[in-house]
Amino acid sequence: MSRSDVIIVGGGLMGCSAAFFLRQRGRSVTLLETDLVGRQASGTNFGNVRRQGRPIDQLPLANRAIETWRKAKELLGSDVEYLQSGHMRVCYRDRPENVEKMEQYAADARQMGLDLEILTGNALRARFPFLGPEVLAGSYSPLDGHANPRLASPAFARAAKRLGAEIHENTKMVSAEKIGTDWEVRTEDGRIFRAPILLITAGAWGDKIAAQLGEPVPFATLAPTMSVTEPVPYAIAPAMGVMTPVEKETVYFRQVARGNIILGGSTRAISYPDLYRAYVLPQNTVSQLQQIRRLAPALGKLNIIRVWTGIEGYTPDSLPVMGPSGKESGLFYAFGFSGSGFQIGPGVGETMAELIDTGKTDIPLAGYDIRRFAKA
Amino acid sequence: MAEPRVIAEPRVIIVGAGPAGVRAAEVLVASGVRPVVIDEGRRDGGQIYRRQPEGFTRGYDSLYGTEADRALSLHETFDGLKDKIDYRPDTLVWNISQGRVWTNANGRVDDLEYDALLLCTGATDRVMPVKGWQYAGVFSLGASQVALKSQAVSIGRRVVFMGSGPLLYLVASQYVKAGANVVAVLDTAPFFARIKALPKLLAEPGVLWNGIMLTRMLQKSGVRVMTGVKPLEILGEPETGVSSLQFEAGGKVHEIACDAVAMGHHLRPETQLADLARCAFRFDAVTRQWLPVVDADGRSSVDGVYLAGDGARILGARSAEASGQLAAMTLLSDFGIAASDRWALRQAVANYARFATGLAEAFPWPHEQIADLADDVVLCRCEGVTVGEMRRVDAREANRAKAFNRVGMGRCQGRYCGLAGAEVLAAARDLPVEAIGRLRGQAPVKPISVGVAEDEA
Repeated sequence: MSRSDVIIVGGGLMGCSAAFFLRQRGRSVTLLETDLVGRQASGTNFGNVRRQGRPIDQLPLANRAIETWRKAKELLGSDVEYLQSGHMRVCYRDRPENVEKMEQYAADARQMGLDLEILTGNALRARFPFLGPEVLAGSYSPLDGHANPRLASPAFARAAKRLGAEIHENTKMVSAEKIGTDWEVRTEDGRIFRAPILLITAGAWGDKIAAQLGEPVPFATLAPTMSVTEPVPYAIAPAMGVMTPVEKETVYFRQVARGNIILGGSTRAISYPDLYRAYVLPQNTVSQLQQIRRLAPALGKLNIIRVWTGIEGYTPDSLPVMGPSGKESGLFYAFGFSGSGFQIGPGVGETMAELIDTGKTDIPLAGYDIRRFAKA
Repeated sequence: MAEPRVIAEPRVIIVGAGPAGVRAAEVLVASGVRPVVIDEGRRDGGQIYRRQPEGFTRGYDSLYGTEADRALSLHETFDGLKDKIDYRPDTLVWNISQGRVWTNANGRVDDLEYDALLLCTGATDRVMPVKGWQYAGVFSLGASQVALKSQAVSIGRRVVFMGSGPLLYLVASQYVKAGANVVAVLDTAPFFARIKALPKLLAEPGVLWNGIMLTRMLQKSGVRVMTGVKPLEILGEPETGVSSLQFEAGGKVHEIACDAVAMGHHLRPETQLADLARCAFRFDAVTRQWLPVVDADGRSSVDGVYLAGDGARILGARSAEASGQLAAMTLLSDFGIAASDRWALRQAVANYARFATGLAEAFPWPHEQIADLADDVVLCRCEGVTVGEMRRVDAREANRAKAFNRVGMGRCQGRYCGLAGAEVLAAARDLPVEAIGRLRGQAPVKPISVGVAEDEA
């Protein structure tokens, strides 16, 4: 049996960064991961490091995260291919009301320290000549960017391990029980881990564990649609995305330094969390490519060489479950990031570490309380 | 399948119009089924019986040598089937999902529902990386054969054939026959391996005899044929391509001036579609490859999905014809359309399997040589990843390695580097190669345009 200050269940970006920041605070940490760290949604998402477009009251968390992204290379000792190359969000002519929304958002975001520039007409075309004729306006965030999801979580895990965290991969939790003041976590291979604090960062599997612990959450697991083109000369610095209320129109793309353009968004597919598998539906790929051509017609000249997906956990309000348990002391959650957890990931880890270590945080978490789903 | 799945007119799709696909279509048509036959090629015949473009006038003997009669029979059979099938040439199946195949032809995507799917997807070259194999002038054996069969051109003025397996000798002899300058045939397999494998090779005495005659013909034509070779380096310049080849044989280092190298170590099945159809795979210790699970009648692990020909496992063109017929008969029986005695075909395929095991032992995949490659050898040509980067990767499994170092992430999706990459990683981690696993197939099987339009039909 092994004992530590904190047991973290789930080795995605939230769990790995929490382990890293808890070690920085001197807490002993044991992280249990069913598969390999960062293998699920944390490793298969689009890679947007985007603050703009998030709920205004989430910006303090996003701002905290951006500080870590900026210094990730020194902090973690390995490159996660973070490029602070800007993020552009555009809207189409058929929804002119979105321009006003963008302007309002920019005004609100400025109060929270996020500066956005609204571009229309010639200024928009001159700066982003590849945008399609349907694009009406855009909101440019110069200090956002993108990073490589395949590298991020393993980099946090390695850095946490260097600081003394115990990382157990291929270790599946089967039960967690409070015995006295300790949580006792049993794994499929029969090992037992104990700690006074238990943090559940199990992503798309978080609802199952929360239900096991008596706090069910309405939940859906979905598979996003991702594609990548062959490499072409590096020319498009910012990540680009569409602001629209229509799911299938919601596409985005970014070019990596290697030259490939990563395409994401449009319709999501069902996934199979019990099998740890998800599949891209071909009709979703086709719909994504159509929408990408609306956003940037010139991309129609390229070929896609691969598609992929992962399993993401969604809550009904698309906001995460993040904070202390509503029932048990020493129990914390951070899961269900509803397809937009990558950018805030390191901020989540740092905030959970702060909350666990000090019992408080200035980051607003009220909207993420698990009790919002408790039956009245 | 114990109970037949009775569907009045099952929709059957065959992917591939090589020997397996054509013979399968023939069997289905004879029972009144009108299959859709989808093929990437512009004409039928597959790789081995590839038909020259219209307007080319070479005879069957010069194109197919000892296999001329078989090629002619297959082509004539297919010509006779054309108005009894829904033939879709020049069409890529790029994904399979929820009982539908997704195609791409002439910039349009389409999807077709099936009750039964027969995958006859054939094979591509299994290639061993060599220092300098990224230079212009290096081709796979298959590509050099396509150049000759389809376009009647040689890949160079001074060509070296290097690798192992029957195709090495076959393509070299086809080049000699066509009048190309073949300077050497270099086989990595030691000669004694052939002697040891003789009992199994005698399972197909006719094919064995053809092989022996090929080697004699090469030697008589003055081609240097060497066995037990260890490739060292393909020398050249990025701008001008290949200039010579260095190798070790008989304890000595040799260098041969050449401007083209054709390389290959047998073949590997094209299994991505079986993977996308969610077929189970198993590790085959003889060939050190992962193969889709297929029963003695051609059924995959997935109901309604059948596998035949080299796409299931590499048994050669003759076996492909038999396994195509067999799988089609099984399909007909599973759907309650026509029962037939499949015993003889099963026996034939089993015999080809014995012969193929003999070939794999006579011309082994030189995995120790691959494990020994220098750190600076390019392993993955699409992504420019070296052997050394593979050795240093923080991974013990193929897909994890790919996530970190991009090996197999490029446009070939690991079809050319995946097997060698697994050998390098296995040796570096001191693991058996099966523990490294296999790269999961992902759509699109070959690149498709972002500009594809959906078919309105």
